[in-house]
Amino acid sequence: MESLTEIFVRSIFTENMIFAYFLGMCSYLAVSKNVKTAFGLGIAVCFVLVVTIPVNYLIYNFLLKAGALTWISAQLGNINLSFLSLIIYIAVIASIVQLLEMIIERYSSALYNSLGIFLPLIAVNCAILGGSLFMQERNFPTVGHSLVYALGSGIGWLLAIVAFAAIREKTRYSKTPKPLRGLGIAYITTGLMALAFLAFSGI
Amino acid sequence: MNIRKYLGPLNKNNPITVQVLGVCSALAVTAQMKPAVVMCLAVTVVCGISNLIISLIRKTIPNRIRIIVQLVIVASLVIIVDQFLQAYFYEISKMLSVFVGLIITNCIIMGRLEAFALANKPVPSLIDGLANGFGYGIVLIIVAFFRELLGSGTLWNYQIIPASFYEYGYLNNGLMTLPSMALIIIGIMIWIQRTKESELQEKQ
Repeated sequence: MESLTEIFVRSIFTENMIFAYFLGMCSYLAVSKNVKTAFGLGIAVCFVLVVTIPVNYLIYNFLLKAGALTWISAQLGNINLSFLSLIIYIAVIASIVQLLEMIIERYSSALYNSLGIFLPLIAVNCAILGGSLFMQERNFPTVGHSLVYALGSGIGWLLAIVAFAAIREKTRYSKTPKPLRGLGIAYITTGLMALAFLAFSGI
Repeated sequence: MNIRKYLGPLNKNNPITVQVLGVCSALAVTAQMKPAVVMCLAVTVVCGISNLIISLIRKTIPNRIRIIVQLVIVASLVIIVDQFLQAYFYEISKMLSVFVGLIITNCIIMGRLEAFALANKPVPSLIDGLANGFGYGIVLIIVAFFRELLGSGTLWNYQIIPASFYEYGYLNNGLMTLPSMALIIIGIMIWIQRTKESELQEKQ
């Protein structure tokens, strides 16, 4: 099994959520008009990932996996509920987003004003569900590993959207060909950024 | 019934290139034709059937919990598709790995449920869902076509570019097998589409 540092660096750079798997592209393209809002959304995504992935890890390993229920009694060893994982993950993500929204609203109005608008968006952001599904696929040995993975993925996503927003602020003043304006050049920019991030794969 | 009304998603109202919906979760499977076609079918089926179901029960869903209801229905359909693939097409389901599950969070499906199925009769909803799913899938298939042809010289795993080409020094473009090229190909597709349909161009 790889070390924690390795998981962390890989999930930020070489297996970046956006540049390697295109997860969360909808919000990435919609909320990157300026750096400030992009940063807010990125922090919110980090936040939700760091909470949901470990929770889903525990649920999967102690309730859903084949033979996961043996801690209750030995007879339950042959039950496999992993087909339920999708629906459970979605439910967990939706409720945690709702909870976070309430908690933030209650304790920090400043944070709520900057993150609050993004939180509902995040519930259906593919990066969040994708994180949980990758966590399941990779079979991390401990909760700690999944937490590090969540943090790395979140930071990777944040890095990508902030860098992209910064580039987009500049392309507004460039002479882009008319048909490419807006969406077209956004895709091509993202593609070039993804190429740049591939250079990290040698680490 | 006016069929032209429903063909919008295939060009002027394409979910990916015009509505900017659901780019997530599917581009990663476009390195080859086979997984892309399967993904296209899966999205089309889920989108069509979920539209139909929501449209049938639209009058009984309380407004406040409609998002949860939609999520549960879409998630159940995706689980069925996922189990079906695992049972009958195991290699392909291994290839698609987590991306079948990510159909749930595909914005196209939720978007069409919200925008169309909640306000229209079952049959138009079904057609709208199928058209949008397919409009999305067709983009995937085009991207996969170029990536597989230029990246590995094959289509559907059959060698297309003859061996004699390679003897004369033709090389596969390794860039095409990397994820970043999918985005650039879509960028080029948007460029071509907006050159033809000039009313889609954005003012900046």
